[in-house]
Amino acid sequence: MTMQGWLQIALVLLIVFLLSIPVGSYLAAIVMDRRTWLDPLFDPVDNALYALIGREAARRPMNWKAYTFHMLATNLCMAVLIYLIMVFQNHLPLNPLKLPGMEPMQAFNTAISFITNTDWQSYGGETTLSNFSQMAAITFPMFTSATTGFVVAMAFIRAFTVKDGGANLGNFYRDLIRFTTRVLLPLSFVLALFLIWQGAPQTLDAAVVAHPIQGGEQGISIGPVASFETIKHLGTNGGGFFNVNAAHPFENPTPLSNWLLMSLMALLPSALVVCFGHMIGNRRQGWVLYGVMGAMLLLILPVAIVAEQAGTPSLSQAGIEMAATGNQPGGNMEGKETRFGIAGSGLFGVITTTFTTGSVDSMHDSFTPMGAVPEFIGMMLQNVFGGKGVGFLAALVYGLIAVFIAGLMVGRTPEFLGKTIERPEIIMVSLALLIHPLVILAPSSWSMIAPYGMSALGNAAMHGYSEVLYAFASSAANNGSAFAGLNANTPWYNLALGFVILIGRYPPIIFMMAVAGSVAAKPTLATTIGTLKTDSLKFGAFWLGTILVVGALTFFPALVLGPIAEAFAMAHGRTY
Amino acid sequence: MRAILLPALRVTLVTWVLCGIVYPLAVTGFGQWLLPDQANGSLLRKPDGTVIGSRLIGQDWIGPGWFHGRPSATTATDPTDPNKTVSAPYNAAASGASNLGPTSRALAERLIADRKAAEASQPELAGRQLPSDMLTTSGSGLDPDISPAYARLQVPRVAAARGLAADQVAALVRNNTVGRSLGVFGEPRVNVLQLNLSLQEMTKASRSEGLRQR
Repeated sequence: MTMQGWLQIALVLLIVFLLSIPVGSYLAAIVMDRRTWLDPLFDPVDNALYALIGREAARRPMNWKAYTFHMLATNLCMAVLIYLIMVFQNHLPLNPLKLPGMEPMQAFNTAISFITNTDWQSYGGETTLSNFSQMAAITFPMFTSATTGFVVAMAFIRAFTVKDGGANLGNFYRDLIRFTTRVLLPLSFVLALFLIWQGAPQTLDAAVVAHPIQGGEQGISIGPVASFETIKHLGTNGGGFFNVNAAHPFENPTPLSNWLLMSLMALLPSALVVCFGHMIGNRRQGWVLYGVMGAMLLLILPVAIVAEQAGTPSLSQAGIEMAATGNQPGGNMEGKETRFGIAGSGLFGVITTTFTTGSVDSMHDSFTPMGAVPEFIGMMLQNVFGGKGVGFLAALVYGLIAVFIAGLMVGRTPEFLGKTIERPEIIMVSLALLIHPLVILAPSSWSMIAPYGMSALGNAAMHGYSEVLYAFASSAANNGSAFAGLNANTPWYNLALGFVILIGRYPPIIFMMAVAGSVAAKPTLATTIGTLKTDSLKFGAFWLGTILVVGALTFFPALVLGPIAEAFAMAHGRTY
Repeated sequence: MRAILLPALRVTLVTWVLCGIVYPLAVTGFGQWLLPDQANGSLLRKPDGTVIGSRLIGQDWIGPGWFHGRPSATTATDPTDPNKTVSAPYNAAASGASNLGPTSRALAERLIADRKAAEASQPELAGRQLPSDMLTTSGSGLDPDISPAYARLQVPRVAAARGLAADQVAALVRNNTVGRSLGVFGEPRVNVLQLNLSLQEMTKASRSEGLRQR
């Protein structure tokens, strides 16, 4: 790796860190209804939207149950709408290529996938979806699914601060509209123009026919790409306009667009942690959590970069230069783009899996085994910052368990932010924790013994298992990236992954909202000398340890069978 | 039930119009107005207006007289059997990658075969370390760029095939090399389509000069 490569990585992370501080405080202002200087601009817009939704519905206080039901009902309506658009796109406008309607089972998978912020795709965008579907069925839920995750996390945090016993955790519709109009829409609009400037197309045409100077014809797919691309990353969504996602030069034309997309993925999940500190009135607690997440990111990131630069025996045997120099990238460039090289691809791969976006600027299936391990870890733990809101909740799951264990160790009633954590909360938290490994490990194991599971593999031996493990980890974490050699457009994978996405998304949210309801009903205890301090460096280390120990015990065996075994086989020069 | 479904339905329609229709159309309007070149795909045209390609999309260059891009793994539907696909490098209507893993035998064999093919057309490459992008397929299958090292390796072959001086062609590569953005982001690279267009210009110029001298 060249100096510039490491410098690029450091700069990307530093800029995100610096931006997350003001953005986090802006988010807090929005959630806590504090005045901002943008209010004169947005208040009239929001009021008009509240009127359309119903003033009463957008104003009444909601307890945890009401909040959750309204969230679920809204998600259901949206999923049905986008399902219908995709299935009937041949009867809808803006379909110049005359693409047929999507096959129902695939549309089921796709609707679930996009409404849950997963963006797993068993289709190739440019050959399957009309421009209308790309806008009205894909770009649309990229906003609302991000918002859903975010507002649920906000309602959860409010449970620790409200004084009314939990009768009012906020209003779902109001939160949804405010986050959409005051954060996602304006940022997406401005940055979409930046992306167009860098080269991303934005047109309602679907194809151009070029006549290359050496003869022949080249059909080139285009469309409304830039507007799609910004919200896809800002909302940690991840689905591609084109089959190869952000590796496509139209989705991600330059190193600067690559920088922008990585920063967009990382911005809001990290700012949310800062926002958390503001909301509970204890910024130190926010920074402790930020530190836990940041430490994990810094721990796993270099593994991917070093492994990708080291390359593979197959490449060395073909006489390929592995070291990067000033005029060639070196390393494992299979599935990577020249303009990004090893540093830009490895960093993107780790960010997209830790912040659970799922967009890719290089093909993860072709990564070296150890280069892919950090990506697995990101999706398995889900809280190395994690996706919009949901990653934060996953971190809190581990946090509450850490509090509980620490409380038992010192023989005191466990407390977090002034609320006692007791049996009912711990049961809910444990359920939320256990669902994730269950829906990854069980169906991926089943796929390895069922003929309809095995026949879809794109690579043999351990790497084939990695493809399946990756698919279920990605779905359960609502990530959406893939080891794309797996042919996932089969009835088994469309259905199984669709259900894993659903179970990976909603039950943990519901359990955590139940925790919120139960915690909000409790009195806030005063801090005494005997209180276990959760905003200390010591507790941060304990929190980190809990995540690593629980995560490692759960997922390590699966990783050993997949990428780690493959790494040993590769070191011995084996191919399959 | 109605108290929940009604606002849910309304908020669905409101956000659908706002985020799924108004937002992308607004970006399209502003993009087409402010940055029409990029918004329409960064197309390169002949003087008569014929589109010859996009600056951002690679093409499949054949023969010793052109600079070649990276190997491409894109496919197209087999014209004889719609259920099969055939190799179709740089198919910009269906992007795709090899997705071959690090221990794939198919990948190992392809790398060796491509190396032998390269040595057959340029014997001076035998025994040399080659740049990584020369033998590996890109993520999109449409990579418009190659590394400066790979471009330089092709200079002797291109110059010989066109009867140009090698140092002239090498200068062309130098002029078409783009460095890292802001000195840090991305990798140095050469856009193959633009390099070949300037190569064509240079060939025309040297031919007409040759005619004049004769």
